[in-house]
Amino acid sequence: MKQINWFRNWFNVWFVGIAFGCLILAAPIGLVFASVFFPQTEIWQHLYSTVLTDYVVNSLVLAFGVGFIVIVIGTILAWCIARYEFAGRKQLQWLILLPMAMPAYIIAYTYTGLLDFAGPIQTLLRETFNWQYGDYYFPEIRSLLGAIIMLSLVLYPYVYMLARTAFSEQPASLEEVSRSLGVSPSQHLFKVVLPLARPAILMGAALAMMEAFADYGTVQYFGLSTFTTGIFRTWFGLGNGLAAAQLAAMLTSFVVLLLILEYLSRRKIRYYFQGQKAQQVARQQLTGRKVFWVPFICLIPVFFGFILPVLQLFTWALKTYSKQLTSEFWLLLWNSFYLAAIAAITAVLLALLFAYGKRLNPIKPIQILVGIVNLGYAVPGTVIAIGAMISLSWIDIQVNTLTESWFDLSVGLVFSGSLFALILVYSSRFLAVAMHNIDTGLARVKPSMDDAARSLGYRPLQILRTIHVPLMKTSVLSALLLVFVDVLKELPATLILRPFNFNTLTVRAFELASDERLMDAALPALAIVSVGILPVILLTMLMDKPSQLSSQVK
Amino acid sequence: MKKIISCMFVIVSMLSPLVMAEQVNLYSARKEALIKPLLDKFTQQTGISVNLVTGKADNLITRLKSEGKYSPADLLLTTDVGRLYRAKQQGLTQVISESEAIAKLPNNFRDEQGHWLGLSLRARPIMASADVVAAQSITTLEDLTKPEWKGRVCIRSSSNIYNQSMVASLITQLGESATEEWVNGLVKNFARPPQGGDRDQIKAVAAGLCDVAIANTYYLAGMLSSDDETTKQQAKKVKVIWPNQADRGAHINISGVALAKNAPNKAAAVKLIDFLLSEESQLWYAKTNHEYPVLAGIPRSELLQSFGTFKTEQVPLGKLGELNAAAVQMMDRAGWK
Repeated sequence: MKQINWFRNWFNVWFVGIAFGCLILAAPIGLVFASVFFPQTEIWQHLYSTVLTDYVVNSLVLAFGVGFIVIVIGTILAWCIARYEFAGRKQLQWLILLPMAMPAYIIAYTYTGLLDFAGPIQTLLRETFNWQYGDYYFPEIRSLLGAIIMLSLVLYPYVYMLARTAFSEQPASLEEVSRSLGVSPSQHLFKVVLPLARPAILMGAALAMMEAFADYGTVQYFGLSTFTTGIFRTWFGLGNGLAAAQLAAMLTSFVVLLLILEYLSRRKIRYYFQGQKAQQVARQQLTGRKVFWVPFICLIPVFFGFILPVLQLFTWALKTYSKQLTSEFWLLLWNSFYLAAIAAITAVLLALLFAYGKRLNPIKPIQILVGIVNLGYAVPGTVIAIGAMISLSWIDIQVNTLTESWFDLSVGLVFSGSLFALILVYSSRFLAVAMHNIDTGLARVKPSMDDAARSLGYRPLQILRTIHVPLMKTSVLSALLLVFVDVLKELPATLILRPFNFNTLTVRAFELASDERLMDAALPALAIVSVGILPVILLTMLMDKPSQLSSQVK
Repeated sequence: MKKIISCMFVIVSMLSPLVMAEQVNLYSARKEALIKPLLDKFTQQTGISVNLVTGKADNLITRLKSEGKYSPADLLLTTDVGRLYRAKQQGLTQVISESEAIAKLPNNFRDEQGHWLGLSLRARPIMASADVVAAQSITTLEDLTKPEWKGRVCIRSSSNIYNQSMVASLITQLGESATEEWVNGLVKNFARPPQGGDRDQIKAVAAGLCDVAIANTYYLAGMLSSDDETTKQQAKKVKVIWPNQADRGAHINISGVALAKNAPNKAAAVKLIDFLLSEESQLWYAKTNHEYPVLAGIPRSELLQSFGTFKTEQVPLGKLGELNAAAVQMMDRAGWK
C-alpha cells in the first residue's frame, strides 16, 4: 500500500511532464556543469595566478552594486507611485518602466559616445575653459562603477514592478491597526510595510543581479575583466572550451548561492492576502513643496535611463536613417517581433506548467528540477546557446542517421538549424523571469482555495482555469510582457543560433555597433526600444488596476 | 505508413530553401553589411543563390563542428587568420582544389595544403597625433616600449583578436622572451587601462589623451569617410606611421575563407571563392571597407593611397593561429587587460 502511494505521489502526469520539460530545458546548462569532470589543471593554474581574482571580484562587485542601486531606486519609485497622489503620476507610472525597453549594451554605447574623453561634453568643457588632458577631473564612464550605473539604469524596473504590486496590495487594515496601536508612520514603514514587501523587493533585485552576472555586451565594451568576458577569453583566446565551461559553471554556482540566500531570507515568511474585502490603501494626496519634488525624483531615473539616451540615438539616427531605412529594415522589425512573441508565449506556458506542477506536487525532486531550469537566467546567453547547439546537433545527427537508414533520405538539421533552437534557448534562459512572476502570483492564492475547489469536485485543470488564471491574470500578463521585452533585447543566443538568411534588429544593431559604427546602429537600436515600449505601456495599464482582480474573488 | 512518412519528408525537404537548385551556404564572421552586397553581385552574375548566416568566428566554428557531416555550410568566412587555422586544426575544412584564382595568391596568404586562403588584407600600424609626434620619433613597434613614451600609448583590450594575432606574430619573429619583454614594456607605457575599440583609440589620440595608438587602418579610413563632421575632424588629427619598414615590416592580418569539409555544394562554393578573388571584388573591399587587396596589381582607393605604401611582415600567417594561446597567456602575465 505504501509503495503504491509512493508511486502515485511521484509518477503522475505532472511529474513526468515536468521532468521531461526540465530535462530538455536544462540540457544546455547540464552540459556546462558536465565540464567539471574534465579537469584542466594547467589552464586553471595560469588563470589562478593571473586573472581569476579579477574575474571573481569584478563580477561580485558588479552584481551586488547593481543589486544595491536597483533596490534603492526601485523601492523609492514604487513607494511614491503606489502611495502618493500627485499631478503627473499617471504619466510617470509608465515613463518609469520605459528603461526596460533599453538593452544594456545600447545604453552603454550611447553614454560612452556622450561622456567619453573625445565625446561632446568633455570636448565642450575643454574648449570652453581651454583645458588639456589632465587639467581636470572627469569620471571615467568605462569603469566598473560606470557599468554598475548603466546596468542599474535599465534594470531598476524589475524591483519597481514587484515592489509596487507588493505596496499597493497591502491592505489598508494594516495601517489602521498600526495607527490604533500608536505606531508612528515611519515606524510603520520600517516595521510593517518594508518587511512585508521584502520578498518582492529581493526577488526583483535577484533578477537584476542575475542579469548583471550574465551581462556580456556592456562589460566587454567597457573592457572590464569579469566572468563573462573571461569565459570568452579562455574559450576563444586560449582555445580551451572545457576550462571556459568550468568558468561558466563557477559563475552559475555564485547565482545558486544568491538564490539560496534569497530563498532563505523569505523561507520563514509566507503571507497570504485574503481573497476578499482587502481594501487598498488610499493614495495620499501630496501637498506643499512635495508636489514638486516627488515627481522630480521619479523623473530622474527615467531621464537618465531612457530620455537622454533616446535623444542621443535619435540625433544619430537622423544623420544615418537614409542609409539604414531599407525595405529589409521592416523585415528585421517583423522578425524581431514575432520571434519575441512566440518565445514569450512558450516560456509562459512552460512556467505555468512548472509552477502549477510544483504546487500540486510539493515534493523535493520537482522543486529541485524547476530550480535548476531557473538557473538559465544567470548563465550567459552564449554559453546556453552553445550548449543547446551541441545537444540539438547531436539529436539532429541521430535523426538523420535514422531517416537515412529507413528512407535513404536525410532531413537536414531540423532542430539545430531552425527557429526551434532559438525558442528553446529563450525559454531556457528566460523561464526564470516568467516563473518569478507566476510564482509570486500563485503564492498569493491561498492553498485553502485549492482545497475548497478540490473538495467541490474540481479537477486540477479546472481549478487552474476557473480560479487561478483569473486571479493571476496580472502576473501571467506581466510575465508574458517581460519575456517578450527580454527576448527582443537578447543578443548572443540569437547571433549564434539563427538559421540562414534570418536577422533581427538586435543582430543588426550589434553588427553595426561592434564594427564601431555607432551612428549607423542608432536606427535599429531605436527600433528595438520602440517595439519594446508597446508591451511596457500595456504592462502599466495592467498594473494600474490590481484592485479589480482581488474583487473578482467573491 | 512508411510511405506516408517518406512523402512527408520529401515535401518538407522541398519546402526547405536549402535544397533548391544551385546555391552556396555561407557561415560568415564578416558582418552582413560588409559582405552581402558582394554576394548579391555574385548571384546576379551566376544565378547561384547565397544563403548567409553571420556571427562570431568561434561560434560559427563550433556550429560547424557540432553539425558534423550534416552541416549545410559550404564556406567559412573569417576576419582573421587565427580562426581559419583553428577550423583546419579541428578537421573542419578540405583542400580548395578546383579554384583557379588560388594560384595568383602570394604563398603566405594561403594555407600550405590549400585549406584556406586570404581575401583581403588588414594592416595594423601605429597611429600618432599629427601635432605632437615628430616625423622620425617612432620607426618601430619596439620604440613604443621606450621610457619616453610612458603614459602616452593607447591600445584596446588583449581580448581582441587583432592584438592577439599581433603578439603571436611577434613571437614568431622575435621569439618568446623578446616578445614578452616588448609586451611588458608596452603595458608600462599605457596611457589608460585598455578600453573600447580601435576607433576609440584613434579618438583618444585626436583628443590628446594619448599620443600614439595601435589600430587597424580601415577604422581610421572609416572615420575619415564618415558622414559625421566631428568624427572626420578627429580622424584628421591622426597620422599613420608604418613601423619596422627598415626590417621586418608592418603587422598584417587577412580576412579569408575556408572550404568546409562536408560542403554539400562544393562546385558552387569554389565559384564563389573565385569570384571573391576577382578584380571586381578586390576593388570592392578597398572601396567599401578600406581593406587592402590580397592580389598584386589591384589599384587602391584614394584614401588608402593617402596612408602611403608600406612593407609587410612575411610571416606564414598560419603561425599566428598556432601561437594564439601563447600570446594570450603572455598578455595575461603582463597585466594587459
